[in-house]
Amino acid sequence: MIKKVTILGGYDKFGEKEPVRRVDIKRGEIFGVVGPTGSGKSSLIADIEQLAQRDTFSKRKILVNDKEPTYEDRTNPRKKMVAQLSQNMNFLADMTVGEFLTLHAKCRGAHKSCVEKVIKLANTLTGEPIKEGHDLTILSGGQSRALMVADVAIISDSPIVLIDEIENAGIRKHEALEVLSGHGKIVMVVTHDPILALMTDKRIVMKNGGMQKIVTTTPHEKELSEELSKIDDLLLNLRDKVRHGEIIEDIQLKGLTS
Amino acid sequence: MRMVIVAGTPGSGKTAVLVHVLKSLMRDNFTASVVKIDCLYTDDDKKFKKIGIPTLIGLSMDMCPDHYAIYNIEDMIDWARQNNSDFLIIETAGLCHRCAPYTKNCLGVCVIDATSGPNTPLKVGPFLSTADIVVVTKGDMISQAEREIFRERIFEVNPNAKIIEANGLSGQGCLELADEIVKSPEVSLESEKLRHSAPLAVCTLCVGETRVNKKYHRGILRRIDGFQTYQGE
Ligand SMILES: Nc1nc2c(ncn2[C@@H]2O[C@H](COP(=O)(O)OP(=O)(O)OP(=O)(O)O)[C@@H](O)[C@H]2O)c(=O)[nH]1
Ligand SMILES: Nc1ncnc2c1ncn2[C@@H]1O[C@H](COP(=O)(O)OP(=O)(O)OP(=O)(O)O)[C@@H](O)[C@H]1O
Ligand SMILES: [Mg+2]
Ligand SMILES: [Mg+2]
Ligand SMILES: [Zn+2]
Ligand SMILES: [Zn+2]
Repeated sequence: MIKKVTILGGYDKFGEKEPVRRVDIKRGEIFGVVGPTGSGKSSLIADIEQLAQRDTFSKRKILVNDKEPTYEDRTNPRKKMVAQLSQNMNFLADMTVGEFLTLHAKCRGAHKSCVEKVIKLANTLTGEPIKEGHDLTILSGGQSRALMVADVAIISDSPIVLIDEIENAGIRKHEALEVLSGHGKIVMVVTHDPILALMTDKRIVMKNGGMQKIVTTTPHEKELSEELSKIDDLLLNLRDKVRHGEIIEDIQLKGLTS
Repeated sequence: MRMVIVAGTPGSGKTAVLVHVLKSLMRDNFTASVVKIDCLYTDDDKKFKKIGIPTLIGLSMDMCPDHYAIYNIEDMIDWARQNNSDFLIIETAGLCHRCAPYTKNCLGVCVIDATSGPNTPLKVGPFLSTADIVVVTKGDMISQAEREIFRERIFEVNPNAKIIEANGLSGQGCLELADEIVKSPEVSLESEKLRHSAPLAVCTLCVGETRVNKKYHRGILRRIDGFQTYQGE
């Protein structure tokens, strides 16, 4: 059972020691990763995905339950402790959705019936339906993203979940985050979205490739997050209307702004 | 002398990975000489010389680069000995999907690009299926699921390989490869043989010769210094 993941600090882009020297993330916690573009957010979660041992740009070291993971732990997907939704928006593999999911289920030792479940779940997150016979490479950015989310949630089901910019493809981000984070997992969410950032327990602030500080979400921020969610719901609602060719005549801002 | 033969499709990241590996070997006070075998052109020598590694280039021109590499192994080993190197590292352009340049006791390393698609491992032939180590690069550009499928496909072709996921940019995974290189055995030319016999062409290698030693070779042969001869009746 994985109870804890530890990040031991390394160096930033300028070769300086990063200010945060140690981060412990426990089972059941959700951590955000925030910072300007290019500040090293994706690199940080890539270090965790690979269970880096001072062998990447950053020279960070990752411990699981206070121990160094073995070669087997780091490489065998059947034992794999980490599920990652990367920032990539498209698939490059030249095969159909069905073939791809069947192969992936085999790699992860998951049951064949997962294939149907993944497609069904993906279709709740995106607009135009994805079919088993579609070629992976013709899927749109949003469809690919929805399929990646569903694949990570069902086939790669792992105790550590890493999510890179779920908001970037116009899919339903709250549902997607819920589907991915499950219960009793260790979750890290890279995001530029303030609402998602305030939904986490703590957030790591990145700058120049280094971990700058850790901010704990305050109770006040949690309240604000709920307010912000209302604005977000309104925007999502409007987005759907615009997407379906409706004319927007009125919006209810009452109670949203104070 | 210990010999590492690194083969892989063009642009797969062989040089990028080797540069990280060589830096790590140098940190541990090992010495290495590098030979780059290509067909028509390469500027890899600049990248190796920049980090202070003695480097030799061999262009095979119209000859299969693997045949050319094998025929010249003896000279390359001699040259690396003169340099007092612990390791001879040969980077070769694996353009010929029928040949594999690995000898029995060298460390055979295949470098393969994960963005080339999950069917590539099924297509590339003996330089993948007879390798000791398969280094998968550019995993940073695809999804985790695609990486996992790619890995499974490599095992279908070469179940005994050790797979190392490496990144030629960040150097991730390269320490692992350096460790394997340090563990590799000594080679002695006299008893050294190819793992996979080369297919049809115009020299004795083409008709199944697997002995590496120069004295066994006949036919149209090109030396690493460009001199071409016909050996035989
Ligand atoms: N994104 C990414 N790019 C990489 C990686 N490894 C290598 N590259 C890039 O791929 C390109 C080709 O790399 P090389 O190391 O020159 O490839 P090679 O196999 O030696 O090529 P040849 O010697 O010409 O056959 C370079 O631009 C590298 O920077 C990787 O892991 N990820
Ligand atoms: N500690 C580090 N040392 C050296 N280079 C680094 C470090 N961290 C990140 N980099 C480099 O900085 C670049 C940008 O990093 P990254 O892609 O992780 O940024 P990001 O915060 O995810 O940006 P975006 O918001 O645009 O996705 C990458 O090329 C990465 O290799
Ligand atoms: Mg990023
Ligand atoms: Mg090269
Ligand atoms: Zn050949
Ligand atoms: Zn020949």
